[in-house]
Amino acid sequence: MTSIAEETAPVTRRKRRWEVLPYWLILPTVVYLGLFFVWPMIQSFGLALRDETGGWSFSAFRTMVDDAAFGEAMSFTFLLILVIVPIQFVLAFGMALLLNAKLRGAGIFLYIFLLPLAISDLAAGIAWSAIFTERGYLNTILEGVGVIDQPHIFLDPTSRTQQVMAVATAEIWRSTTFMMVILFAGLQAIPRDYVEAAEVFGAGFLQRVRHVIMPMLKPSIQVAILLRLIFAFEVFAVVIALTGSGATVLAAEAYKWQATNQNEHVAAAYSVVILGLSLAAAAVVLVVLRTPRERRLR
Amino acid sequence: MALQQIRIGRALAYVAALAVSAFILAPIYLITISAFSTFDAIYEYPRQLVPRDVSTDTMSLFLHSDGIVDSLRRSAIVAAITIVVCLAIGTPAGYALARFSFRGADPFQLALVSTRAFPLIIIAVPLAVTYLRVGIDDTVYGVAMAHIAFTLPLTVLVTASVFAGISYELEEAAMTLGCNRFSAFRRVALPLALPGVAASAIFIFVTSWNEVFAAAILTFRNRTLPAQLLAALDASPLPHRLAGGFFLLAPALVVIFFIRKYLLTTWGRVAR
Repeated sequence: MTSIAEETAPVTRRKRRWEVLPYWLILPTVVYLGLFFVWPMIQSFGLALRDETGGWSFSAFRTMVDDAAFGEAMSFTFLLILVIVPIQFVLAFGMALLLNAKLRGAGIFLYIFLLPLAISDLAAGIAWSAIFTERGYLNTILEGVGVIDQPHIFLDPTSRTQQVMAVATAEIWRSTTFMMVILFAGLQAIPRDYVEAAEVFGAGFLQRVRHVIMPMLKPSIQVAILLRLIFAFEVFAVVIALTGSGATVLAAEAYKWQATNQNEHVAAAYSVVILGLSLAAAAVVLVVLRTPRERRLR
Repeated sequence: MALQQIRIGRALAYVAALAVSAFILAPIYLITISAFSTFDAIYEYPRQLVPRDVSTDTMSLFLHSDGIVDSLRRSAIVAAITIVVCLAIGTPAGYALARFSFRGADPFQLALVSTRAFPLIIIAVPLAVTYLRVGIDDTVYGVAMAHIAFTLPLTVLVTASVFAGISYELEEAAMTLGCNRFSAFRRVALPLALPGVAASAIFIFVTSWNEVFAAAILTFRNRTLPAQLLAALDASPLPHRLAGGFFLLAPALVVIFFIRKYLLTTWGRVAR
C-alpha cells in the first residue's frame, strides 16, 4: 500500500524537522478511536461470552442459535448477498463505463448516478414499499399499461421469493452507486494509451473491457466487492420497511435483541457473528481475487 | 472501425444512461409527490403518477405529529456535533499524514483503512451498555459520539488526501515571510483546503443523518429522525411514513450536488 502523501505529492514531505509534532496531531484521533472503536469491540466479545450473572458462558450463543429466527436471518442474509452482489457488480461496472465514456450531459448523469450514495437503507425501504405495496405505484403502472387487470400482490408476507426480490431491488437501487464510485476511480487511473493501443490493434469494445480494462481494474474490483460484502451484513432497516416482520436478517436480529428484548448478551453474540462473517468475507475476496505478483500490471 | 458502428455504440450508451437515470429518479420522484399530496390522493387507487393537486396536508400532519419536530432537531444536533468534533480531531491527523513522514504513519493509515472492515453494529451494542452505566444513555451526545467513531477514520483519510494535493512550498514561502508553522497552516494551507474540508463535512452530515442502527439502539425516548421512523414503522399511518421517507431522502438531493466532484476524486481514491 502506498500512503496518500507519497501517491499524490511526493515532493511535499519534509523529514526530521518536526519529529514530535505529527504524533501530537494524530494523538486525539488515536485516543478517540481507541476509546470508541477498539475498546467497544473488545467489550462486545466480553458481553457475548458472559451471561446475566456475569460468569463466562456460551449461553448467549446458545440462546441465539436455538432461536428459530437465527437460521432464518442467516439464510436470508446470504440469499440477499447471492442475489444482489453479482447484479450490482455488473450494473456498477456498466455505470462507471458510461460515466467514463464522456457522453454529452455527463455532469447531469454524474449527479443522478451519485444520488443514492446519500440515501439511507431506511429511506430506500420506505420509498420502495410505496411502489411495491398492493395499492402502490407499480400496480398503478402495470394496470395502466394493461399488463394486469387487478392489483397484484408483490409483498406477500409468506413468499420468500417476493421478499428477496423486493429487498434486492431496493438494495440494488440504493447501493450500486457505492461500488460505482470505487470502480470509476479505478477506471480513471488506467492510462488512456493502454486502451487506445488495444483499439489500434483492432480490439472491439468488449475485448478492450475483457482484456485491458478488467485486469487493470482488479484492485478496485477487489475493494468494491469487499466493502460491498461487509456492508451487506449491516443492512436491516430496508428489510424491516419492506417486509414488516415477514423476513429478518442478522443485523435486524441484533437490533431486536438489544432494543426489544433488552438482552445485550444475545445482541452482542449476533454482532460477533456479523464481525466474523465480515472478516471471513474479506479473507475470501482477498484470496479469490488475488493477483499473482508476476501477473501484476503495475 | 466503421463510423456507423461507433454511432450505434454512442446511441446505446445514451439509452443505457437514460435508463439508469430513470431507475434512480423514479422512486425519488414518487415519494416526493406522495409527500406533497392530499390524504385522499395517498389512499386513492390507482395512484396519481402526475400529481393533480399539490397539498401540504401530508407534510403538516407529519410535522405536527408527536415527537417529529423534536426528532428532526435532535438529528440536526447530532450531525452538528459529529461534524465539529470529527473535523477538529480528524483534520490535524489528516494534515500530519499528508505533511510528515514519521514512524508509524503507515500502520496508522492502514488501521484507519481497516476500520471499514469492522461492521459498526459491533460497537453499537457495547456502547449502549457503557452509556447506561455512565448515565449518557438516551442522549444526543451518546449518539453523536458513536457517529464520530464511525466517520472519523474516513475524515482523516479524506483530509489527508486534500492536504496532500496542496503544495507544501506555499506554506514554506509563508514561513520565510514571517509566519510560524501554525499561522502558515491557518493562513495558507487551511483556506486552500477549505473546499475539500467542507465536502468532508457534508459527507459526515449525510452519514450521521442517515444512520439508523446505532441511533435506534442508543436512544429510547430521545430518538433521532431515522430511529423515530424505524421504531414507528408498523404503527404509523401511510401519509406519516411517506412524508418521513421524504425527509430522510431530501438532503441527498442537495448534498450530492455540492460534493459530486469530490466523491469521485477523493473518496474513490481513498477507498481504493
